[in-house]
Amino acid sequence: MSQAVPAGQKWWSGGKSPYNVEYGKLMMWFFLMSDAFTFGAFLISYGSIRFASNSWPDPNHVFRNFPIIGEMNIPLAFVSLMTFILIMSSVTMVLAVTAGHNNDRKGVIKWMIWTIIGGLAFLSCQAWEWTNLYSEGAWWGKIATDAGSHFLNADRTVPTTNFSNFFFTITGFHGFHVFSGVIINIIMLIKAWRGDFDKRGHYLMIEKAGLYWHFVDLVWVFVFTCFYLL
Amino acid sequence: MSNEAILHGHSEVDTSHDAHHDEHGAHHHKETFITKYVFSQDHKMICKQFIITGMIWAILGGLMSVLFRLQLGYPDSTFPILEDIFGKWAKGGKIQPEFYYALVTMHGTVLVFFVLTGGLSGTFANFLIPLQIGARDMASPFLNMLSYWFFFLASVVILCSLFLQTGPASGGWTVYPPLSALGDANEGSKAGMDYWITGMALFVVSSLLGGLNYISTILNMRTKGMSMTRLPLTIWALFFTAVLGVLSFPVLLSGLILLLFDRHAGTSFYLSDIFIASTNKALPSEGGNAILFQHLFWFLGHPEVYIIILPAMGLVSEVMSVNSRKPVFGYMAMVGSIFAITVLAFLVWAHHMFVTGLNPFLGSVFVLLTLLIAVPSAIKVFNWITTLWKGNIRFTPAMLFAIGFVSLFISGGLTGIFLGNSTLDIHLHDTYFVIAHFHIVMGVSAFFGMFCGVYHWFPKMYGRYLNNTMGYIHFWVTLIGAYLIFWPMHYEGLAGMPRRYLDYSGWASFNQFGDLNKFISTVAMIVFSVQLMFVFNFFYSIFKGRKVTTQNPWGATTLEWTTPIRPGHGNWPGEIPEVHRWAYDYGKDGREFILQTEPVGSSESKH
Repeated sequence: MSQAVPAGQKWWSGGKSPYNVEYGKLMMWFFLMSDAFTFGAFLISYGSIRFASNSWPDPNHVFRNFPIIGEMNIPLAFVSLMTFILIMSSVTMVLAVTAGHNNDRKGVIKWMIWTIIGGLAFLSCQAWEWTNLYSEGAWWGKIATDAGSHFLNADRTVPTTNFSNFFFTITGFHGFHVFSGVIINIIMLIKAWRGDFDKRGHYLMIEKAGLYWHFVDLVWVFVFTCFYLL
Repeated sequence: MSNEAILHGHSEVDTSHDAHHDEHGAHHHKETFITKYVFSQDHKMICKQFIITGMIWAILGGLMSVLFRLQLGYPDSTFPILEDIFGKWAKGGKIQPEFYYALVTMHGTVLVFFVLTGGLSGTFANFLIPLQIGARDMASPFLNMLSYWFFFLASVVILCSLFLQTGPASGGWTVYPPLSALGDANEGSKAGMDYWITGMALFVVSSLLGGLNYISTILNMRTKGMSMTRLPLTIWALFFTAVLGVLSFPVLLSGLILLLFDRHAGTSFYLSDIFIASTNKALPSEGGNAILFQHLFWFLGHPEVYIIILPAMGLVSEVMSVNSRKPVFGYMAMVGSIFAITVLAFLVWAHHMFVTGLNPFLGSVFVLLTLLIAVPSAIKVFNWITTLWKGNIRFTPAMLFAIGFVSLFISGGLTGIFLGNSTLDIHLHDTYFVIAHFHIVMGVSAFFGMFCGVYHWFPKMYGRYLNNTMGYIHFWVTLIGAYLIFWPMHYEGLAGMPRRYLDYSGWASFNQFGDLNKFISTVAMIVFSVQLMFVFNFFYSIFKGRKVTTQNPWGATTLEWTTPIRPGHGNWPGEIPEVHRWAYDYGKDGREFILQTEPVGSSESKH
């Protein structure tokens, strides 16, 4: 929160919250720090294993399909769309939080619906991508190694299964977070719909759900970079 | 709860709960047995749930050590009764190798996580944080309740694993793969390991919910006048303990998720080039790295030992000051040292891995950072000793345990300097020297911190005193016993005797220790039985102990002693008191002690 601090105000002397943060939001921030360590551990593990491998599949070759159009060889187009959707859902979440600040129930409901749609769209995209990779021979502990495989290393040598191991584990863990976020957002939507927040007089819960949602988006940026760009 | 009502946009967030809640002390809600004793949201009841669950685990964990000490002390004897109880695990009255490994693994897991983390932090963070900072309850009593019930679920899962046909996890409490990843390699790595991972995942959730609550309660809910530098040291210690837990347990969770995939999904995060002799099979796993698990594990594992010891340090500082009738020496230095330990805790994990083939240069960095921990530790030790210096010491059982803690922390801490050196560690690694070191410095001394807290705050918890005579017997037998058990292990370790072996009689070089092992085992059994006496004392005193008749029996300054003798839900009837001074005004201006709630007089001398 960005309140102006009155001159001479002693924030830490007890009887009030330092920096005026309500406890639930404080908990959310610390939870996000904790969760950042979970993802950090995953991504660092990924980095260390990949660094120790002789070669690695070429993301431009692996992620080149697009639904319906099929074998078009347009590298990273689909994941760009996914990323765009997720980032747009963050934008709509910001708008929901702003509407909450103004105690605008209708605005909150509208933008929460858009955020939920964005989240569901992202999850659907991920489902399609997993299916697509599975059909091409990648899964936990598996990777297609025949001559026509799309997973061959950039130097056309046989790839390590750790590509698919890490890909499915980490994007799966992230997808699980998005899924939880969608559930949380649906609960928030219902509570806004029923007017619970109006009764309470503030829309702080939307703000906390927003923090979580933005965090999940931010994590995706790192996951995206690690698996699709590097 | 009612602090939901805190409004967004006010210039000040009021941390006292609303008026309705303030009446709690005066009249109780109608409470049923379920809401009062089972799904209670009162931090004091949750504290009791944690301590009693912790005690049950401590008895089980201690009993496991008695069983494997039987084997280590008397490798040639048979105990037919063991076969009656444990069946195939103790065939012919002898502890079987699988049983032995399961016992040492579960002894470690139970004591480290379920007793000294859940039991210690869970108990005293829940009890002391709201009472000492002046709050009605935790920031979120509901999450606090969930924290206990996740702990309970984790306990149930781990307890169930003890009764599996293939036994509980038995690859050591550090569950290193590949052993823990491959059921074919080890009986305990079959279902037992899955239970272990599930139990630990639930434990991580419990610790996260608890930790978030402790942090936000301490930051947000302090009563008027309770600035951070007026907090008792217990609260500072519990605060940084919670920070450590919140930031390190998630890394363990990640490591365990990867391990779970390696076990069941055919991945090879930790596995590479493995041939299993029992099935005569080469595994297809390729490209994984077992050392990766050790990094992930010890990134939690090292902060974990501070999660265990910091609360004990906080309790000891407080009890020592109260019973020396002197301000704690160097309050800010104490806070600074706790902070320094918290930061360093995250930077030293690889000192557990000096013999994994770690780059020697990297090793030297970790040696340096590890030895740096000696600085804040020494500051704390000297401050405790100077707190005692010229004090008017009251040797209550709590005080004895506090002094015993300092003794053990010095003895165990000094051997840490040996082990922190990577060159010495090549010789000492995985020997009894390590066992001696960490049992003294974080096992027994953390227990001493916990006992000191229990004896000191029992009157506040139950409105009755623990029996002093049993307390003194408990202290002396435990202190002397702990030294008799673990001191000789240093010599065994220096002689190269490796840990985790079932039977040493095959090595001529270790035969000289046969009688010593027998001696250690005997003392271990005596010490264990004295702990049972403590447990008896605990439960007997809840119902029959001497009643507390005054509000502030120890003459302490902190807020918990301004509550009624048996505080209700909400802690203070009427207003929460305001705080006007730090927590350690003892022997000031000719007065024995001055409560934190007393305003500073105009003629009062400065600190």
